[in-house]
Amino acid sequence: MTTIAAEGAPSYISAGYTLRSWLTTRDHKRIALLYGVSILFFFLVAAAAAAMIRLELLTPAGDLVDDDTYNKLFTVHGVVMVWFFLIPSIPSTFGNFLIPLMIGAKDVAFPRLNLASWYIYTLGGLFVVVTLIAGGVDTGWTFYTPYTTMFSNSHVILAVTGVFIVGFSSIFTGLNFIVTVHQMRAPGMTWFRLPLFVWAHYATSLVMVLATPVLAMTLALIAIERLLGVGIFDPALGGDPLLFQHLFWFYSHPAVYIMILPAMGVVSEVITCFSRKPVFGYQFMVYSLLAIAAVGFMVWGHHMFVSGQSMYAGMVFSLLSFLVAIPSAIKVFNWTATLYKGSVRFDAPMLYALGFIGLFMMGGITGIWLAALAADVHLTDTYFVVAHFHYIMVGGAVMAFFSALHFWWPKVTGRLYPDGWARAGAIVMFVGFNLTFFPQYIAGYLGMPRRYHVYPPEFQVLNVLSSGGAVVLGVGYLLPLLYLWWSLRRGRLAGANPWGATGLEWQTPSPPPTYNFASAPRVEGPPYAYQAGGTDGR
Amino acid sequence: MNELQQADAVPAKAPPTGRYWLMWLVLLALQLVNLGSSYLPLGAFNVVVNVGISIVKALLVMAVFMHLSSASPVMRLAAGVGFFFLAVLIGLSLGDYMTRP
Amino acid sequence: MAAEGTSAMAASHFADAEQRETAATFGMWIFLATEVLFFGVLFAGYTVSRVQHAEAFILAGRHTDVLLGSINTAVLLTSSLTMALAVRAGSVGWRRSCAAWLVLTAVLGVAFLAIKGYEWHEDWLQGLVPGLRFAYSGPDAPGVELFFFLYFVMTGLHALHLTIGILVIAVMALLAARGRFSAAYHTPIVLTGLYWHFIDVVWIFLYPLFYLVSRS
Repeated sequence: MTTIAAEGAPSYISAGYTLRSWLTTRDHKRIALLYGVSILFFFLVAAAAAAMIRLELLTPAGDLVDDDTYNKLFTVHGVVMVWFFLIPSIPSTFGNFLIPLMIGAKDVAFPRLNLASWYIYTLGGLFVVVTLIAGGVDTGWTFYTPYTTMFSNSHVILAVTGVFIVGFSSIFTGLNFIVTVHQMRAPGMTWFRLPLFVWAHYATSLVMVLATPVLAMTLALIAIERLLGVGIFDPALGGDPLLFQHLFWFYSHPAVYIMILPAMGVVSEVITCFSRKPVFGYQFMVYSLLAIAAVGFMVWGHHMFVSGQSMYAGMVFSLLSFLVAIPSAIKVFNWTATLYKGSVRFDAPMLYALGFIGLFMMGGITGIWLAALAADVHLTDTYFVVAHFHYIMVGGAVMAFFSALHFWWPKVTGRLYPDGWARAGAIVMFVGFNLTFFPQYIAGYLGMPRRYHVYPPEFQVLNVLSSGGAVVLGVGYLLPLLYLWWSLRRGRLAGANPWGATGLEWQTPSPPPTYNFASAPRVEGPPYAYQAGGTDGR
Repeated sequence: MNELQQADAVPAKAPPTGRYWLMWLVLLALQLVNLGSSYLPLGAFNVVVNVGISIVKALLVMAVFMHLSSASPVMRLAAGVGFFFLAVLIGLSLGDYMTRP
Repeated sequence: MAAEGTSAMAASHFADAEQRETAATFGMWIFLATEVLFFGVLFAGYTVSRVQHAEAFILAGRHTDVLLGSINTAVLLTSSLTMALAVRAGSVGWRRSCAAWLVLTAVLGVAFLAIKGYEWHEDWLQGLVPGLRFAYSGPDAPGVELFFFLYFVMTGLHALHLTIGILVIAVMALLAARGRFSAAYHTPIVLTGLYWHFIDVVWIFLYPLFYLVSRS
């Protein structure tokens, strides 16, 4: 194992310690950390709202908060989790940090745009914080018309402005990644030598760039309609509230792929490293990523089966939704095949990644149920849906986020965390997650509707289980915060490549120097040159 | 190795201006055809002709003024992908509206 | 030589100037793709509304000014020509010629806005502005209001883009006149050109959708 960077080159962290040096940085690694701190803040805000929701649902009566407050709580939880945590979570932090390293570049293509995207994110976040202070918004994260445009008395315009703004940070990140992958690859880094993490972010970026503007304009139309009292969603004019749902889900369904595709990229890297085997079916993995991104644009109508959409459109959307399952299943099969006969090690990143596979599969298969027209009539707007998308977004995307956090923490900080605590944390999180959300599948299947804070007493057992699980899940989130914080000062030094992983990011010191590599790396072979049984692939 | 660099959007030599002026005349002529055709009683085909001519004009502007005719395939793909997904948005939405009882 | 006059733009993370220009042009095309979908929402809204209110859109279409709309289309097409000539002059390093064509482009853009502003003023006087001053009381009034809502949002968003374009072109003209660009480095002018032509493309579609409905 040789490191390419010259000895003693200052790391990106020691390039400057002042606040100003951070706020004006153009280094993709520092911007990634800026994003990391910001999304942690919003994660905590949204998690607090979730805690209130679970506390309220302990009893069938609405005794903790009133209906309006409850509506605001789940709206805040949704809006903040989706746009201020999940969408930027992996791309803006690990994507930003790792893509230039993985392709052997000094930085992303447009470093100033990269920094600008963080400021735009912060500005959008400010709007949301102001919304909360002003009294919140009660429309649900989906902002459905005509409630948002005609009836809601909460701060809709403030909230949609915040989401509108944060959309542009997502667009600029996506644009940057696309151009970076096309233009900045090191000599020899051909398209089919790119790590799957990079491919996943490339597919994600396509979705970010092509779907987000649709959301932005749709939300702008809501604001205009609210201000002027007329608009294309206004039924009084013969406008169509369902058109809003079409436009909203044209973004918001692919948005799920913005969350899950980077997660798939992370899991691919981790599984191959801790199985000591190359990824099974690399090219199929690439094509699956692209297929998910592309077909994901054509399935949005499955959110509208019971909305009054034409039955024939429903059939087409249902069929197209089934199609997305194929590339998703290919990925799960290939991960499993990668494990087969590998020298599997159960380090913390691997535990999270294995958790991801199981939970993503649960979420995916229940998604197929929901994409089936007849079943959806029974299940729509119940807790079954809530459980389904939490299995994808939290069980999938958040587990993968923690997998990435544990896999690349030594690279980002140069320190190792205590292994036993980390494995315990992964298991606590997995158990807590299932305890929280599996009962919701049952409650939903039995008919408990979502978005009410009062429910029939027969659902109490399931809700108590779920709230109890949320406490375990909370512990699972807090544990890493504690031991990772501890590791910053007390952790053992990591060295360049603590996992014996392949990939260019492991060939430069931890933490990497400002321009990543002392000399431009040259790539001479395919990725994932692991050998089963060995400890070091190179 | 970067596929984008094979055919750059702007050649080093100045291209002759003739095709720009020609394109200008063609575009103005198409506009007149567009305007004129809309006064013909073609029924539903008025909008087909109108939008069809507009698509031709847009393609000409992109090919000549925006240099796509000499650009690399990846650049053309980037130019086209937005229109493709807009077609998906409009097409599948209309699929709903056209088949409602 | 590529670094001549470009020190402010030079970013050490690029391998060479050519890579930088290609990256910037490619990035601009990606940005324009997002713009296609940004405007695209309104085009989708227009299509759906027109399908649902075909009669009302025919009635409403008679209330736009086809003469001014056509003149404006010609103005904008001409400004695309002058923009293309500006980019060409920039690409061979003729800085005066480049600045002059840029100024002419901006002037045409201002002319477009002036005509458009006059049209909006007329619409205001006729009471065709939904939400603020809508006095139309003929048949299919709600559908007509929908048409004019789309008309104002779409031409308004287009005008906003045009205004930004004019400001950018003005800055570029100034920089070109000061000799900031050369045959080796003129990427900002190329990017400005792409943006300007894109605005033209949007208008090419707005023109038949708002001015040529129901003329037969």
